[in-house]
Formats: sequence, structure tokens, C-alpha cells
Amino acid sequence: MDYHWMREFADSWALLAMALFFVGTVAFAFRPGSGKQADEAARIPLKDD
Amino acid sequence: MKFGTEIVTLGLFAFLALVAAGFGVDEPFRQHMWVLFFVLLGFVVVLLRNTSFVPAASVDPSAYMDGPIRYGAIATMFWGVVGMLVGVVIALQLAYPDLNIEPWFNFGRLRSLHTSGVVFAFGGNALICTSMYVVQRTSRARLFGGNLAWFVFWGYQLFIVMAATGYLLGITESREYAEPEWYVDIWLTIVWVAYLVLFLGTILKRKEPHIYVANWFYLSFIVTIAMLHLINNLSMPASLLGSKSYSAFSGVQDALTQWWYGHNAVGFFLTAGFLGMMYYFVPKQANRPVYSYRLSIIHFWAIIFLYIWAGPHHLHYTALPDWAQTLGMVFSIMLWMPSWGGMINGLMTLSGAWDKLRTDPIIRMMVMAIAFYGMSTFEGPMMSIKAVNSLSHYTDWTIGHVHSGALGWVGMISFGAIYYMVPKLWNREQLYSLRLVTWHFWLATLGIVVYAAVMWVSGIMQGLMWREYDKQGFLVYSFAETVAAMHPYYVMRAVGGAMYLAGAVIMTWNITMTILGYQREEEPMPASIPALQPAQ
Repeated sequence: MDYHWMREFADSWALLAMALFFVGTVAFAFRPGSGKQADEAARIPLKDD
Repeated sequence: MKFGTEIVTLGLFAFLALVAAGFGVDEPFRQHMWVLFFVLLGFVVVLLRNTSFVPAASVDPSAYMDGPIRYGAIATMFWGVVGMLVGVVIALQLAYPDLNIEPWFNFGRLRSLHTSGVVFAFGGNALICTSMYVVQRTSRARLFGGNLAWFVFWGYQLFIVMAATGYLLGITESREYAEPEWYVDIWLTIVWVAYLVLFLGTILKRKEPHIYVANWFYLSFIVTIAMLHLINNLSMPASLLGSKSYSAFSGVQDALTQWWYGHNAVGFFLTAGFLGMMYYFVPKQANRPVYSYRLSIIHFWAIIFLYIWAGPHHLHYTALPDWAQTLGMVFSIMLWMPSWGGMINGLMTLSGAWDKLRTDPIIRMMVMAIAFYGMSTFEGPMMSIKAVNSLSHYTDWTIGHVHSGALGWVGMISFGAIYYMVPKLWNREQLYSLRLVTWHFWLATLGIVVYAAVMWVSGIMQGLMWREYDKQGFLVYSFAETVAAMHPYYVMRAVGGAMYLAGAVIMTWNITMTILGYQREEEPMPASIPALQPAQ
């Protein structure tokens, strides 16, 4: 596992995995029906003191 | 016996410090261990005076644990004033070099005292105490681990004292924002792991099913700082009883490790942590939910994925490989999107309640903080562009940029959070004086404007003078000439900093009087416009 191997891994599979994870979080945030849940979550600080 | 274990452990460590003070291999280390000895001895004496043999009353497991937060709020104010005062002193030292008092109070030693003082002592205490406040109230659970929160609070203060006194004694690793030597680093690691356990433990026992977004930001700050601190400080002490260590890296790898740390300290300490603050305290003070919760989630993940790569922009035109410099630049520019998304999210939380800007000076402070977040996160990526950086790097422009972020964003959002928390923590109806908050707001805002504007002029002038050459290709100005040209700006900068400090001093007075339970007799702030009533 030398530098070149890690470098190649970093800008191929690792990059792809991170990009997919990020796209996944965006898709998850905007999945159908998430709007109502998000509104409820946004009210958490206002519920309590 | 109350505090039994603590007294014995601290006594033992005080003894070990005394031994190290005797056997230390270098003079600064021996002096530093004397400091440690007296601090630990002080802890032991205080605990001995407060011990009792009465069985401890059982605590209500559903009540919030606010003691360490109250101490944290006071510590934040205290270290804030100290750190900013040192800042004004070193600003004056630059303008008037005679103010360098050898050896302890010269610029080289005081500078790291200032940066660590405001970032880690003021900012760190603000983050720790607000995170404890927010995580309990959004999880609806008491802090995890009994007295663990007290350990985190006092352990962190010990770290600050050891770091600060070490700088004055001349002990330094000379790594930007990570100057403390190896033994202080090890202590911070222990405290930080305890902090992580405290925070995660509280989240795990939460009664609220969803983890509110502010906690995500706080958690990312805690986890990332742990990672950065460990890797950046990998080093080999020259002696177990000495203050000198050698980094595990060398050359350009060492430089990149330092700036990977340095920039992510900005990204995760000074940004992510304080965004956690924004996502709780702005909705609370405005009494409105955050503008878009889904945007806040994207804001979070985009910051996480982008920030970590931006560090190389500190090493443009150095021995760092070109591709790494370009990578740092590109990721810095991409950061525009989440930064501005977050800024819009914070500002728009006020939509429909903009009149609060007129009536509520605390909201005004928070909005100014968010505005400065937007401004400095615009300026930063712009400065990371190589062509711009070739002019701005190593000049005062960078100093101005850092301060518009630190004074404008970090400082103002922390002040807002403290103003919000203190009356609640001490069960006071309201602050001692809202008028004084207005004074603080204007002094701080004008102070930042003076500071940043002066540094722009001075920095760009400095950059242009450095690169000016004549027809034969000779440099037109010597370095000393550029320094002389900056003198008036250095004086003005000290004035801007002093204004900001004056605001913080007013705040300390206001907070102290609030804690003591006084109310200032003053004209009330203008009331909100009452909603129009339909005609009967």
C-alpha cells in the first residue's frame, strides 16, 4: 500500500463513494414526504426551554 | 466523601508536577511545571474547602445540568476580554515596537497568546457551554455521565492556562493555532475525548426522536477537531521531562499537515461549531423555526464534504505540488455555495419578523454575525484564487479577512448566544440593560469595519509595493519602506480593535449586573408594531 496506490484509490473509488454519499444525502433530504418531517424537526428548539 | 477521588488524583498529579519541576531537563519546562504545580494545588485547596461528609443529595435525572454552562458563560466573557486585550496590545506593538517587553511580552510570544486566547479560550468556551445548553434542550435529556461535564469544563480551563503560560515562557511547537507542546496536547486529547463522550452520550439518551441539526454541527466540530488535533500533533518528545518535541512529518508534508489542520480549525472550529450556535439561538431569539430545515441538512453535508480539502490554498506558490494547490483553490471556491446557502437560511429565518431588527438588539447582533459569515466566506474563496492570492498572501489583507470572520461572525454570534442564555441560566426576567447591548453592537460593528477596511488598504498597498519593479527589473521598495508605509494603518487598526474590546467590556458589565440580579432603569426599546386590528 504505497503512496501511488493510495493516490489512485483516492481519486477513483474513494472519490466516487464520497460523491455518491453526498448525492444520497441530498436525495434523502428531498425524498417525497420529507417536508412535513422537516417542519416538525425545525420546531424542536421552540418546543422546550 | 464529596470530591474524595478528585482530591486524591489532583494531589497526586500536583506531586508529579512538583517532581517534574525538579527534574525537568530544560529551564522553560521546569518553570512550566511550577505553574502546573501551583494550579493543581489551587484546585486541591478549593476542593478541600468545599468537601463535606454529608451523603450527596440525589439529583433529579430529568432536570437539565446547567452548572457547568453557567461557569462556561462566565469563562467565555473572561477569556474573551483577556484575548481581545492581548490583541490590542500586539496591534500597538506593531505600530510602536518599543512596547515589546522582553522576554515574556514580546510580539512573538504574545501573538500566539492572542490567537489561542480568542480562538480556543473565548471561542472554545463559548462552543463548549452552548453545546451543553443546546444538546440538553433539543434532546430533552440531562447531560450524560454525572460530573463528566465538570471535568470537561475544568480540564479545558487547565489546558488554556497551560497553553497560555507556555507561550509566555517561550514554549512552542510553532505550528499555527496548535502551538502548545506535546504534554499539553496529550492533556487536550484526554479532555476532548471526555467532551465527545459527554456530547454523544447525551444524544444517545435523548427523548426527542430526531437529532436537531444544531447537534449535527456541534458533533462534526467535536469529531473533526479530535481528528485534526491528533494528526497535526504527531510528534516525538526529545525527553519525557522536557518541553521540546519534533514533528513526525518534515518539509512540505509537514507544511500541508499544518494547513490541513489550520484551515479545518477555521472550518470546523470557527465555522461548523458556530453554525450549530446559529441554528439554535437565532430561531430561539426570533421565536421562529429555521427558514428551511432541509437546506440546513444540505448545508451540513456540503460543508463536511468540501471544507476538508480547502487547506492547500494556504500554500500557493510553495513547494506543494501544483495539483494540490489547484485542488485547494477549487474546493475553496465551491465552498461559496454551502456558505451562502447557510447564510440565506439564517437570515431568512427572520422573514416576516424583520421589525425585530429595530426592537431587539440581540437579534440585530445575530443578523450582523450572519452577514459577516456571508461576507468573509465570500472573501475567503476569492482570496484562495491563485491570481488574487499572489497579491494578498503574506500581507495584512489576510489579517483583515481573518478578523472580519473572527470578530464579525464568531464574536457576534457568541455574544448573541451569551446574551440569550444568561438571563435563562440565572432565572432573570431579562438582561440588565438592552440599551447597553445596542452600545455593544455599534462599538463592535464599527470596530470591525475600521479594522477590516484599514487592513484592506494596508494589505493591498503592501502587496503592490512588494511586487513593484522598475524598467531595469529592480525592486522599487525595500522591505523596511513597506513597513514604514503601514504605520498609520497599524495605528488605525489598533483603534478598531480597541473599539471592539470596549464593546466586550460593556457586555461584561451588562452580563455581570444581570447575573447579580439588577435591572437598569432606562427607556425601553421601541415596541414591535402591533398587528393591525380589523374594524369592528
